[in-house]
Amino acid sequence: MKYKDYYGILGVKRDTVADAIKKAYRKLAHKYHPDVSKDPAGEEKFKEVAEAYETLKDPEKRAAYDQLGSYQPGQDFQPPPDWGRQFGDAESSFEGIDLESLFAGLSGGRHRAGHGSGPIRMPGQDYEVTAHISLEEAFRGTEIELNLTVPEYDEKGSLRRVPRTFKVRIPKGAADGQRLRLAGRGGKGINGGRDGDLYLNIALHPHPLFRVSGHDLYLDLPLTPWEAVLGASVEVPTLGGPVQLKVPPNTRAGQHLRLTRRGLPKSHDKEGDLFAIAQIVVPTAASERERELFKQLADVSTFNPRGHFQQEVTSAS
Amino acid sequence: MQVNPVEAVWLAEDNEFSFPELVELSGLSEAELHELVDYGAITPVDPDSPQWVFKGRCLITVRAAYRLRASFDLDPHGIALVISLLDRIHGLEEELGSLRAQLPRHTART
Repeated sequence: MKYKDYYGILGVKRDTVADAIKKAYRKLAHKYHPDVSKDPAGEEKFKEVAEAYETLKDPEKRAAYDQLGSYQPGQDFQPPPDWGRQFGDAESSFEGIDLESLFAGLSGGRHRAGHGSGPIRMPGQDYEVTAHISLEEAFRGTEIELNLTVPEYDEKGSLRRVPRTFKVRIPKGAADGQRLRLAGRGGKGINGGRDGDLYLNIALHPHPLFRVSGHDLYLDLPLTPWEAVLGASVEVPTLGGPVQLKVPPNTRAGQHLRLTRRGLPKSHDKEGDLFAIAQIVVPTAASERERELFKQLADVSTFNPRGHFQQEVTSAS
Repeated sequence: MQVNPVEAVWLAEDNEFSFPELVELSGLSEAELHELVDYGAITPVDPDSPQWVFKGRCLITVRAAYRLRASFDLDPHGIALVISLLDRIHGLEEELGSLRAQLPRHTART
């Protein structure tokens, strides 16, 4: 099994008193707890911190951990002879077990059938996973395969980490941050307790064209100056395929053109909308003829987009 | 190994949980859940009904409550306070995300 330096993870020395360990844990938990942290690696870091604290906060577990000796983080090691007799079940094997499961097992014995005052019904563990899917997958619904390594009690009551595969059908209409529940797909219940659930947190990959707000989508729509002034019928992409959009004459930059029900599907056969945001784009290199025509336009046009500058300055003074 | 796909259910406005279901699924005790209702962290669909029913989204809130209690040793009042602040942050983040989505891309990137 691989060694983990629980003291190092919490940033404390081996002889640190319990109160200081608690303080160190709380400081790190504030920083990395997935419910309060924005650090993308926070969840993983918090798991490490919580695992370390789970063992070091308990005097019995801490003594058992100290008895393992000290190694480099990640170094392979075996508990010393008699360690199992002293702290765990002498008959338990350490084969295929990791440090977290080893220490969870020190209290896990109480869940085992037939031990102590009788079996206690324990619900299975809930699993929570983030599923990253594309916008196209959210639009039409998708099926994903999740490969997780999860803690499970074996037939002897020892906690082991085992690989499990879940195939999940995600219904269409997922929005970023939405949660899905798969009842009974978490860890197995113990002694007749209910099975845990699997929770999926949906995260949408950024899309090169569409930006998402709930079930609405936003798309930049580049228009030439003459399309904006004269109006036009232009082809725009949507998640359901391209459609023709009628751009009204005198469309201004930044104006939102709404394509009703072309966003992400919602429940009850409703859909969000797609908003095309007009952007007036000028040619980077106009030809001689184009320049000539623009010059003619400049000569005849009385349009002054900065007319209000003078007006505002005059009224302010 | 053949794995059969399973249907997932959105935790949203259109599914509901009874009070005992929420107790079972959250890991919190009945008393703790009652206190969360008293402090306004979660609200039943009809608070005057003798049989409280909660919208699906409440399960997300009470699961967060359970994690916060376990990780920070918070009492129900502390949990309710943290949850109300987290709700405000999430609301502001959603608003910010929506405003960013409405900005033209070259502006949104700056």
